[in-house]
Amino acid sequence: MSTANGLNLTLKVWRQKNDKVKGQMETYQVSDISPDSSFLEMMDILNEKLINDGGDPVAFDHDCREGICGSCSMYINGEAHGPGREITTCQLHMREFKNGETIYIEPWRAKAFPVIKDLVVDRGAFDRIMAAGGFVSVNTSGNTQDANAIPIPKADADKAFDAATCIGCGACVASCKNSSAMLFVSAKVSQFALLPQGKVEAKERVLNMVQQMDDEGFGNCSNTGACEVECPKGISLDNIARMNREYMSASFTADKK
Amino acid sequence: MTKLDSKIPEGPIQDKWTNYKNHIKLVNPANKRAIDVIVVGTGLAGGSAAASLAELGYNVKAFCYQDSPRRAHSIAAQGGINAAKNYQGDGDSTYRLFYDTVKGGDYRSREANVYRLAEVSANIIDQCVAQGVPFARDYGGLLDNRSFGGVQVSRTFYAKGQTGQQLLLGCYSAMSRQIGKGKIKMYNRHEMLDIVKVDGKARGIIARNLVTGEIERHSAHAVVIASGGYGNVFFLSTNAMGSNVSAGWKVHKKGAFFANPCYTQIHPTCIPQHGDQQSKLTLMSESLRNDGRIWVPKKKEDAEAIRAGKLKPTQIAEEDRDYYLERRYPSFGNLVPRDVASRAAKERCDAGYGVGTNETGEAVYLDFSSAIMRYGKEQANIQHIHNASETKIRELGVDVIEKKYGNLFQMYEKITADDPYKTPMKIYPAVHYTMGGVWVDYNLMTTIEGCYAIGEANFSDHGANRLGASALMQGLADGYFVLPYTIGDYLANDIRTGEISTDLPEFVAAEKEVTDRIDFFINNKGTKSVDYFHKRLGKVMWNKVGMARNAKGLTEAIAEIKEIREEFWKEVKVPGSADSMNPELEKAGRVADFLELGELFARDALLREESCGGHYREEYSTEEGEAMRDDEHFTHVSAWEYKGEPADAVLHKEPLNYENIELKTRSYK
Repeated sequence: MSTANGLNLTLKVWRQKNDKVKGQMETYQVSDISPDSSFLEMMDILNEKLINDGGDPVAFDHDCREGICGSCSMYINGEAHGPGREITTCQLHMREFKNGETIYIEPWRAKAFPVIKDLVVDRGAFDRIMAAGGFVSVNTSGNTQDANAIPIPKADADKAFDAATCIGCGACVASCKNSSAMLFVSAKVSQFALLPQGKVEAKERVLNMVQQMDDEGFGNCSNTGACEVECPKGISLDNIARMNREYMSASFTADKK
Repeated sequence: MTKLDSKIPEGPIQDKWTNYKNHIKLVNPANKRAIDVIVVGTGLAGGSAAASLAELGYNVKAFCYQDSPRRAHSIAAQGGINAAKNYQGDGDSTYRLFYDTVKGGDYRSREANVYRLAEVSANIIDQCVAQGVPFARDYGGLLDNRSFGGVQVSRTFYAKGQTGQQLLLGCYSAMSRQIGKGKIKMYNRHEMLDIVKVDGKARGIIARNLVTGEIERHSAHAVVIASGGYGNVFFLSTNAMGSNVSAGWKVHKKGAFFANPCYTQIHPTCIPQHGDQQSKLTLMSESLRNDGRIWVPKKKEDAEAIRAGKLKPTQIAEEDRDYYLERRYPSFGNLVPRDVASRAAKERCDAGYGVGTNETGEAVYLDFSSAIMRYGKEQANIQHIHNASETKIRELGVDVIEKKYGNLFQMYEKITADDPYKTPMKIYPAVHYTMGGVWVDYNLMTTIEGCYAIGEANFSDHGANRLGASALMQGLADGYFVLPYTIGDYLANDIRTGEISTDLPEFVAAEKEVTDRIDFFINNKGTKSVDYFHKRLGKVMWNKVGMARNAKGLTEAIAEIKEIREEFWKEVKVPGSADSMNPELEKAGRVADFLELGELFARDALLREESCGGHYREEYSTEEGEAMRDDEHFTHVSAWEYKGEPADAVLHKEPLNYENIELKTRSYK
């Protein structure tokens, strides 16, 4: 059964059993895909077909399917989260593709993100960077001061919010020729650096998070800006500049540990 | 007859929590170091609980099926979080938040729990600001508020349309701090597959490592279930793809009562379904109803022309539009509670006025044109632009709307390829939240000693309907401010217990049960995928156990779900192996549990012969189509005890006593 505007596509998908064996691209055909379907719904259809034909479905990370959890992580036709700006793969719709097109689908590629299976990678490095300093040291008590005790200029609050919208998907790392995690790390550093609550620990935070970032094997930033272009949340390169400034200043003035 | 003891403290409602806290047992810091707590789920409830318990000194083991705690589905909550701060000076108070929540829940929640929730709500905002959560602020630098459905004050704090994300990242930061210290041991990509009871007490869980397939035993002195709601029993919902009932269902099967499964929230403003290939539904925040007006055409022929693609909504004259919520509920208008708004949309669509261009024709408009002009005029005044043209006013208005809801409008456009600044959004109700869940007492303990349930996973605070922006409030209240106290009272008895051994026969037996089930799935020579069964279950649930229910449909649903379940166990096909990452195997286990829950859900709906909140029985409604409660017979919590098949589950009733609020017919007219 074929509908008038259903898409027939050729998919070249990275298949890899686990991190110990080599992977390779495999070719699959899907047909009659609705242009209104999301990219991941197209993957569901491929998997349903593979299961029914006795094959092994393609493993890929996904969860909320509304662009906010940061799980989905496909490198599509050479771009993180595929064509289109400020979207995740789950927000990519098949109307962006033409009938008969060949689509290349790969996992994030970075030393610090080892492949677990097929399109699934291990982004645990991000969690470890967060554990190194991505917080304000305040315990739950119910006795913190009133939320309105410190007014925060709207412009600062808005900038902190914009940085805080990072979803930790890793597209910045995957897009960077150096596999640098600077955009991710700088977004968290900036959020806290812009708020009075975060200022107290600002120096230790930036030093510790950058140290952990380096230890994880991410590359350096060479100001290409691919990360900003591919970031689904439009996190600005300004954050990297802010982090560099914070880092420099902290390196000179922080108390020796 | 009842085994249920809600353990509500004595005294006037406003003193209960304080008195309780003053008289519970405490665990001294040195002893806390010898006590382990397992937390399953890392959303707002689980994340805040894990962080707070670790800060107190307990050894926490936290589990999530995602690759990081930051991805739990609380992240997708958009609109905001309620708190009785009264920053706007509009008459808000703890009592009013309590009253609104009890009324909004259609008088089916427990007064004492709701009062406590309202009481700690203000602390949540203080705590989150201290953590660096960037809430929206006004030009004076103070926190901004907006309104949500079912209330007449502005008490909702927000961070654009990403409040859930910001609050969850706050929890995640707090957790990260404890993970760095080693006080939380984090198990990402792990799924709890059973609870382990020793001498009747919750003492651990069996979990599967979703990367390696290994089955692991984990012990603790208490187990906290914070695994969210079960909306995915409908297959299509606004829940994440992985959201499931399994943790809650496993504890139910081991002795925890499951309460009010039929209380489901159908959210009125979701993007309508586009077709059969759809995997999930997307919510458009309720905050949009602050400025959007909901309507359908007044004339059936207009609706038909729209459905056929021959007419555009913008071509329909003002007088030919039916703003049905404003018409039926003049005092709350577009901000009626969710259940009321959802049913009203269904009523219009069923009557033939729907404007969806999909197969079902199910959709209504959410229109921002009058808000755009209103804000535009206001801006023209502020900017001293006299005699501004209509185009200019529109332009100014669009700017304001973009600042308020930009990301939501963008999301809508990406999904539908329609520009909501120019043409009204199309929306339709979808399953969103489940008020029902694991039964808990005032301490948030289930009927299994030492097993707690918090957040959406429990049943406690929202009665038969949850008000907007109250889910985030409840999740964080439970995790930050309630459980850390109540669990101490229990754990005080465990300071001399020492580490629980995972070699105990109870662990061995539970592990075997889990492995047997996995082996069954892998070895079953079935012919149909897991999704095939899940979709069939979802259809039955939506058509017969959805927005409007009746005895005939429910009776049929019970039989049909049983049939699907039996076929599932014969015909399900799970590819791959048990000893590696296998998403189909994960889904199989979850759908197996949904197939049992679904039947109990329908039974619960059948037995509740009244309409209340999200539970609407066609037989029990007024002539105008408003819900009719039966307070005489149904002012109780229905708590189900597992006895094997869902058909054998035993019903226990916890009577609800209203000492502070008088039961009234809920009216938003």
